[in-house]
Parts: sequence; C-alpha cells; structure tokens
Amino acid sequence: MSTQKEIINLFGGTALIIKKISQELFHPPFPHRLILDQIYFIGVQSLPLVLITATSTGMVMALQFGLGLEKFGGKLYIPKIVSLSIVREMGPVFTCLILAARVGAGIASELGSMTVTQQIDAIRALGSSPIKKIVIPRVLACFIAIPLLVAIANVVGILGGLIVGVQELGLDAHFYLQKVFYTVVLADFFAGICKTPFFALTIALVSSYYGLSVRGGTQGVGEATTKAVVSSSILIVIGDYFLTKFFWIIEKWL
Amino acid sequence: MAVIEVRNFKKSFGNKQVHKNVSFQVHPGECLGLIGGSGSGKSVILRSLIGLEKPDSGEVLIFGENIASWNESQLNRVRQKVAYVFQNGALFDSMSVFDNLAYPLREHFTFSETEIKNKVLGILKEFGLSGSEYLLPSELSGGMQKRVGLARAIITQPEVVLFDEPTAGLDPFNTLKIQEVALQLKKKGLTSVFVTHDMPTALAVCDRLCLLVKGEIRTSGVVSQLHQNPDNQLKMFISGEEI
Repeated sequence: MSTQKEIINLFGGTALIIKKISQELFHPPFPHRLILDQIYFIGVQSLPLVLITATSTGMVMALQFGLGLEKFGGKLYIPKIVSLSIVREMGPVFTCLILAARVGAGIASELGSMTVTQQIDAIRALGSSPIKKIVIPRVLACFIAIPLLVAIANVVGILGGLIVGVQELGLDAHFYLQKVFYTVVLADFFAGICKTPFFALTIALVSSYYGLSVRGGTQGVGEATTKAVVSSSILIVIGDYFLTKFFWIIEKWL
Repeated sequence: MAVIEVRNFKKSFGNKQVHKNVSFQVHPGECLGLIGGSGSGKSVILRSLIGLEKPDSGEVLIFGENIASWNESQLNRVRQKVAYVFQNGALFDSMSVFDNLAYPLREHFTFSETEIKNKVLGILKEFGLSGSEYLLPSELSGGMQKRVGLARAIITQPEVVLFDEPTAGLDPFNTLKIQEVALQLKKKGLTSVFVTHDMPTALAVCDRLCLLVKGEIRTSGVVSQLHQNPDNQLKMFISGEEI
C-alpha cells in the first residue's frame, strides 16, 4: 500500500473510531471497572519505566549543560535550564515517546491478537460493542494516566538533575531547588502538561486503529504493532511543534 | 414465515466476486446445512446472518426484518436472539471459562451473581466440562474450547444458532458431543444453520442441505430424501467427487 493511502486510511480510520467513541461514551453502562484495570496497566505498570527514563534524562541534561556552561562560567544557570527544559519540553515529549512504545505496542498487539482470533467478532456476535468494551477503557485510561505520569516524570527529572548538580558539578542542593522554584512558574508547567492529553489520545487512538484493522494473522499483528509505535511517535513529534506554538500564542495573549 | 431468508445475496472481496446470487430460506425449527468447497464463501454468508459482514447487494431477512443495512446498535438486538458458534471457539483469552460463559449473562440480563453461577455451572455439567470453570482458554484442549464456545453461545437461550465449522479438527468423541448438543437444540425447536465440511455430521444433524458452488446455491435437498433426489450433485459432493 502506498504511503499516501496509508496516511489517509490512518486519519480516516482514527476519525471513525472518534465518532464511535463519541456515540457510545455517554451511553450507559459506563465501563468503570475496565477503565480502572487499564489505568493500572497503562499508569501503574509504566511507572518504573517512566521513573528510570526521567531520572536519566535529568541527569544527562545536567551533565551536558554543566560541561558546556562551565567553560563560560555559567554553571549557576544549570537549575534554570534543566528545570525549564524538562517541564516545558523534555518531560512531556520524552515520556510520551517512551509510552508510545510501551503502551501503544501493548494496545495494538492486544487488539490485533483479538482481531485475528475472532475475539472482536465474538464481542460483536454476543451483542456488545468492541468500542465500549475495548477501545473506550484504553483511550480514557491513557487520557487520565499519561498526564499524571508526565507530571511525575517532570519532578523526577528535575531531581535527577539535582543529583548530578550536587554530586558532579558541586552545586548546593538548596541553591538548586531555590532556583528551580524561582524559575519554573505555573505557566511553564501547564505549557508542558497541557500537551500530554493530546499525545495520550494520539497513542490510544492510533494504536487502537492499527490493532482493529489487522489482517493476515500473526505477521499482521507484528506489522500493526510496529506501525502503531512508529505512527504515534511521528505524530507526537510533529504535533509537539504545533501544540508548543499554540500554547506559546496563548501564553503571550494571557 | 421463514426465520432466515437470504435474497439475491452478492458479495465481492476486491475484484473477486465470491457470491453471485445466493438465495435460500430457513424455516422455524429447521437445521439447514450449508456445504460447499473451501473458499466458496459459506462462512461469509453465515457471518452476514448476524451482521458481521454486509452484502454488497441483496437482502438478509431475520425474523422478517432486513438487517443488511442495519447499524451495530440495531444489530445488537438481533444478536441477542441469534447465537454464533465460531470455528475456533473465539473465547476471550484473558478471562476464565467461568467469565467467558458469564459474559453474555452479565451483558444482557439482570441476573444475580448466584443465578449466573448456577447457570454457568449447570451448562458446564451438561457439556461434560465440570471442573474447568477457573481454567483459562489456553489451558483447554481444542475440543474443550469449541464446547465452551458453543456453551457460551447458547447459555442465553437464543432462538437461532449459527454453527461455523463446529466439528472441524475434532476427535470423534468431541465431534459426537457437538452432534449431541446440536440434536438436543433441534429437539427443543431451535432453528440452526450449519456450515461444515464434515459430511457425517451434516447428515446426522441437518434436515436439509444447500450446496454452494461458484457463488451460487447449485442445489439443495432434504437429507432424508437424498437417495430419491434426481439431481445427483449433492450425492457427488458428499461422496467426494468433483462437481
């Protein structure tokens, strides 16, 4: 299939899923239990990965900026630069890219396997909706859990920078934290965190689309999983520019 | 009035027209066997009887209503009366056998958990599957999975049962079990459609056979009168001769 056709199918298929979700979301019964199960899988089980990634990112950024700025006597700016970079950009984008791989692959492969083994057909044949039973819980769980994970990642990333700042670059811990609290204002936090619901929906919807459109057995499941991760990662990176620009305009306007 | 009626059913996949013009009826309490070579599109017709596939043109009447152009929420009403038995069972692999069987009861009825437990354990006993309620589908043999799939389909006491290759790949014991259940359902007056390659089962269970060849119903015949049927294509297919 040509790339253009695949892009059209992706956007068309995702739009159809959004339409079905909007039709069924407010139609009782609300799948509370399934959403909680998915929040556990997507949120709680992703936490170790997010913590490790965020800590490493904060540490590496502090080290790189420390080595670079030391030459110009700018070591004291490290807390400002690290915290702002993490809160506004690195935390949301990096965490969501990691989650696109873990969560997106999980959703696409699970739904793909259910499709090829006719479990999705069985849900329909038993008079239920796969959108309500399978897709809505995953979409809402991503929408709730991913922004929380990013908020945690922001804090842990800044603390990672603190460890390197104190241990490697000789900064005072109190000074580091004081500068962070002085620099990062609520607007910076929101400029980053407000992007994450969009990234979360991208991951959940794109992965659900690829999972539900699997054809051709186990090979198809593998292909769908790869496409889900690649497509959602690309859309996150491209969407990040437009969302950053959008929130930048809003910040200026406010 | 026929419970199921298919009129001028046409369906293509890409450039390949699988069904050119298929029409048949299934009467109340009747068991119709839909037979034909591999790739003749029997399962597609069966799936369309419950709205899992849509015809390109033609009508699919269930209880007198044309469901061919219905949306999912309309179809869900029909699906509570028409059960579908999948070829591989299509059990939910993340749920235990108990939860698989309880699923349709929890979805569409207001039974208490005690009532659900009694119904599930009852049907498991009936199907010779007692003791397997807390196993996962992956822990069951292929034959057991099919029996659980059949039990899940009929636990809600539907009016019509659609069987997609229910005995494919089964040993004689499990084949006989499936035949027994199908005959019991027939005794209870349920209407059913059997898609199968298993001719002994088709002859044992079905009242009438329809032979699907090259996208059309080539011939049909009442099983008990097969030897009197002047059109010998059915007899040729059953005995394994090329048509």
